[in-house]
Amino acid sequence: MSTFPVRIGTPDGLLYEGDVVRVVCRSITGDLAILAGHCNFCTALGMGEAHIVLEDGSRRNAACIGGMLSMMNGVCRVLATTWEWEEEIDAERAGAAKKRAEEMLAKGGLSDKEYRIAEAKLQRALVRLSVKG
Amino acid sequence: MAANMKAVKLRIKSVQSTMQITKAMELVASSKLRKAKERADTCRPYFQELYRTLQDIARGNTEFYSRYARESTNEKYCYVVIAGDRGLAGGYNSNLFKCLEAAAEGKEYMVLPIGKKSVEYFKNRGVECVTEQFSEIAEISVADCFEIANLLCREFQKGKFGHVELCYTKFVSMLSQQPDVFPVLPLVDIAKECEETREQKIIRNLIVYEPNGVEVFNAIVPEYMAGLIYGSVCESVASELAARRTAMEAATGNAEEMIEKLNLYYNRARQASITQEITEIVGGAEGI
Repeated sequence: MSTFPVRIGTPDGLLYEGDVVRVVCRSITGDLAILAGHCNFCTALGMGEAHIVLEDGSRRNAACIGGMLSMMNGVCRVLATTWEWEEEIDAERAGAAKKRAEEMLAKGGLSDKEYRIAEAKLQRALVRLSVKG
Repeated sequence: MAANMKAVKLRIKSVQSTMQITKAMELVASSKLRKAKERADTCRPYFQELYRTLQDIARGNTEFYSRYARESTNEKYCYVVIAGDRGLAGGYNSNLFKCLEAAAEGKEYMVLPIGKKSVEYFKNRGVECVTEQFSEIAEISVADCFEIANLLCREFQKGKFGHVELCYTKFVSMLSQQPDVFPVLPLVDIAKECEETREQKIIRNLIVYEPNGVEVFNAIVPEYMAGLIYGSVCESVASELAARRTAMEAATGNAEEMIEKLNLYYNRARQASITQEITEIVGGAEGI
């Protein structure tokens, strides 16, 4: 399979730079895969599982939350708010965060902003757990 | 002569205590600098990639439905000015403000100051501020950057201003920091800037936006802005500490030099008074 260069960056640094066969992640409208030779393309990322397939066929999973994906002139750039490789995710912590967020939401009486924060926390925790599980 | 000697002695003491303070500040700045530099270094690739990507998109953009992308009709500017919390950092704050004044000359503008010095400066000048909520740069986190970006985007959509530019200090090296202003919104401004610098002929490649341009821009612009603000904050914090360290190093050096000179003067005065005493004694003994 032909490959194309990908750069994955987050505010915590450049996490990946190299050639891959396929990038799959979830955009705001649904899952999408980018292969080599894709036309110039730009979309916003949602929250969800993502993975890249390397040249030797091995697959690396990650949790990807927010950001943008662009494919310009054959170079793919994934600029995510957070991008965590499967092996870096702390399942216990995510589980605890999920529980906390659920408790917050169940308790009720939150302001709009607090509700949004709790909901976002819950979603993030769920994404992490689904990548890990 | 004796009174003079006492004054010199006091002066040496006061310079010494000042030196102690500058020395301590230098040490504090250099230990904080290490952390800040690391943060800036990890953040820089993202910051550059983000800006380059948006430049590419802006240059090839043919999507003019989104307010973020098309040419603005509102001539009012909003500057996000990132300065320090404290002074005693050499020319760090004043260089930044000079750079801003040069960029904003003749334009109608408002500001979003970040950092105490920035807030003070614009309050004194009576410039309109979007918010003064973010006065402490040391405490700014990624979440705060998102809040700032969302706020700016809301105001931008309302039409309160037509351009957003970011004013920060670039961390070139430990010894050199460069204040800089660059355009953030609308995206045509970025395209204009890179045309000016590179003078390249633009080839407009069509870009597919999924699901459509307006939605994509609505989703990515706040993130892009937050990323840029966070990156600039990291750079600015590192620059401030580096500037402070250099300034304090110079101040310590100056104090040392001053103490040396005063010591020399003090010893001369002391010797002169001893010589005088001896001459007086000898003169008195001869007189008997």
